[in-house]
Amino acid sequence: MKTKTLKVKSKTENLSQIRDFVSSVTSELKIPKDISENIILAVDEACTNIIKHAYNYSPDGEILVKLKPTKTKFVVSIMDNGITFQPDKIPEPDLQKYYRQRRVGGLGIYLMKTLMDEVKYTSKPGQYNEVLLSKNIRVAQSNAR
Amino acid sequence: MAEFSTSIKDKGEVSIINLKGYLDAHTAPILENNFVDLIDKSRFKIVVDFRDLAYISSAGLGVFMAFIEKVRDGKGDIKLAGMNDKVYNIFDLLGFPLLYEIFNSEDEAIKKFAENR
Repeated sequence: MKTKTLKVKSKTENLSQIRDFVSSVTSELKIPKDISENIILAVDEACTNIIKHAYNYSPDGEILVKLKPTKTKFVVSIMDNGITFQPDKIPEPDLQKYYRQRRVGGLGIYLMKTLMDEVKYTSKPGQYNEVLLSKNIRVAQSNAR
Repeated sequence: MAEFSTSIKDKGEVSIINLKGYLDAHTAPILENNFVDLIDKSRFKIVVDFRDLAYISSAGLGVFMAFIEKVRDGKGDIKLAGMNDKVYNIFDLLGFPLLYEIFNSEDEAIKKFAENR
């Protein structure tokens, strides 16, 4: 299947458009609902982070979402031209600690890592940032019930 | 644009926030305002009914984290009720059941407040 692309401005109001875009492709490919929902949420989290952190809520930035499904994997590439993100500096969330410190950030990255099989960040400072989200979609016949 | 709305009703000391639609980074401020209003009115016994909520992202979950301490300081609580499996799964992945009481229905959550009086 061909790569499908969506380009939107960095506004939170566009998150629903991004989710609908991913959903239209996953349903076209008949990807099981639970897997599709996980992909949609992971993409939402990645784009929310871009809007918040890479563009610092400036609505004029661009977000490019590319869906690259293969027979075995559903790969999503999300690119922006904002501030470079350093995911390694984000610790795994500790909810008890968050509770005490009233912190609310970092949950999105943890969700992305949990919901997807692979999350990879690439940055060319001053040029672009890319997050690659990958989900295995092959149905293993031998494991089928 | 994502469809999201809330409605609030009071049953005695307990205020119930009903969530409807899609709760994401765009719509989370609507729910934040609900909590601010309730806390301003010192209504600290809050049940959030998820029955009509179709979707939640971490921005939505963050709202509950942001207000829980203030609400508990006011001798109240935020109790969650009526989540579908998909929404519950996200709360579960992030460890929320350790910090929040989650009930099958709004009525059960309200009853728990009455028991604790």
